[in-house]
Amino acid sequence: MYVAVKGGERAIDAAHDWLAEERRGDPAVPELSVAQIREQMALAVNRVMAEGSLYDRDLAALAIKQARGDLIEAIFLIRAYRTTLPRFGGSRPVDTGAMDCIRRISATFKDAPGGQVLGPTFDYTHRLLDFALAAEGEARPDDVPPAEAAPGPRPEPAPVPHILDFLGQDGLIQAEAPGEDDPRDLTREPLELPADRALRLQSLTRGDEGFVLGLAYSTQRGYARNHAFVGELRIGTCAVELDIPELGFAVEIGEVELTECETVNQFKGSKTEPPQFTRGYGLTFGQTERKAISMALVDRALRWKELGEDFAGAPAQDEEFVLSHADNIQATGFLEHIKLPHYVDFQSEMELVRKIRAAADRARAGLGEAAE
Amino acid sequence: MSKIDDDTAPRAAWMGLLARSRPDRLAALLAPLDLPAHDWARAPESGAVMVRGRAGGTGAPFNLGEMTVTRCALRLATGEVGHAYVQGRDRAHATRAALVDALMQGPRAAEMQAAVLDPLAADRAAQRAARAGKAAATRVEFFTLVRGED
Repeated sequence: MYVAVKGGERAIDAAHDWLAEERRGDPAVPELSVAQIREQMALAVNRVMAEGSLYDRDLAALAIKQARGDLIEAIFLIRAYRTTLPRFGGSRPVDTGAMDCIRRISATFKDAPGGQVLGPTFDYTHRLLDFALAAEGEARPDDVPPAEAAPGPRPEPAPVPHILDFLGQDGLIQAEAPGEDDPRDLTREPLELPADRALRLQSLTRGDEGFVLGLAYSTQRGYARNHAFVGELRIGTCAVELDIPELGFAVEIGEVELTECETVNQFKGSKTEPPQFTRGYGLTFGQTERKAISMALVDRALRWKELGEDFAGAPAQDEEFVLSHADNIQATGFLEHIKLPHYVDFQSEMELVRKIRAAADRARAGLGEAAE
Repeated sequence: MSKIDDDTAPRAAWMGLLARSRPDRLAALLAPLDLPAHDWARAPESGAVMVRGRAGGTGAPFNLGEMTVTRCALRLATGEVGHAYVQGRDRAHATRAALVDALMQGPRAAEMQAAVLDPLAADRAAQRAARAGKAAATRVEFFTLVRGED
């Protein structure tokens, strides 16, 4: 138990002053602006938005600067900030089928209608350090020419259909249960189990990337294996529509960049379901495809009950385990609090150990006398 | 909840265009115009909207995360009420968007359309086309190789 302590004010102030100095680093090196972080550390910004659960690039960049690049600390700052914002409402569900895609690939269909578009990806790079990026004053990488557009007439951005719809038309993949109810909200009510799928998806999309990745990997290695293929992975922007009560109609209030992953999973059928493919689903803020794929695998593993599968005892199938441990702010809060003063707590533990030792010593002494 | 879509669709469209515009761009387009004074019906206020997705892209809704939004409502001396809900935390941007919304309901609608909305729509179309062009350059054709064993 943590008991409040007093004192140390001057030391704490001095520690925070030093922290500010360390954050700035060597004054001979130019200071980073929030805009530079937003534009050039975009994938860190995306992660902070996804796990901070607040889509605002400038705030995420500011948080990263303030946290000296510690992304979990930055996520913590964003989570704290978002609690100060009044909630204007919940949007209409975004239509990912109408996404303006910059990337769209399928690992299952070579000739996917709408085509395969790689987008700005690390895939197929050689993962060799590029020393040109470190060159100062010589071949400046800042002068990279803008990416070229495809030759010929400019393609109109057109809606790109979801690839899995084509499997759905043949009845080869399980259909999503429709629904329009307002989903339960983890940020407004405490987590109650059993959770429904909406609550699981919310927990996973804001969950720690490393944790969700590790769980997803465990399913691939055999802990509740479900043979996932990436049916489709797409990145792009979607409009966000909000019903405005004072106007009586819905308005687009902005757009968000999203990563969506739909997996196709092998399924032999069960007592209740015919043999068919099943789905896992990942949807995350920003370009965060490792997270979206991981989310889809874990979503699928957690669906064992509704699909009538057996519980194999794997961590990724255990809703209580996954949902209770996915949030890195809860986790780090509880973990890091044990470094704060626990003097009263520890003193009572120490007294207890001394008492037990004394009793044990007395008992040993008693035994020794009896033996002589 | 729409009343009659034909009535509300044009207004929803311009409000959406204003909400998605870049704050500096909207400010620059309005700078040369003579803008009327206004009273607040609702002073600018920043908050959040919970963005929702659907399970599997087509199923039941779930909460994805929030986005920052700023809203306000203002009234012109001539009686028109302008509303704005814009992405981000920029109160001046929300005010400008509401002002355009109000002016679009009065005699200056054609002027606003030409001086503000048309350029914003053109910017947006150009930006989308540029992204679509870059994406098209990364379109691939994968071939599966036939192995020679049969």
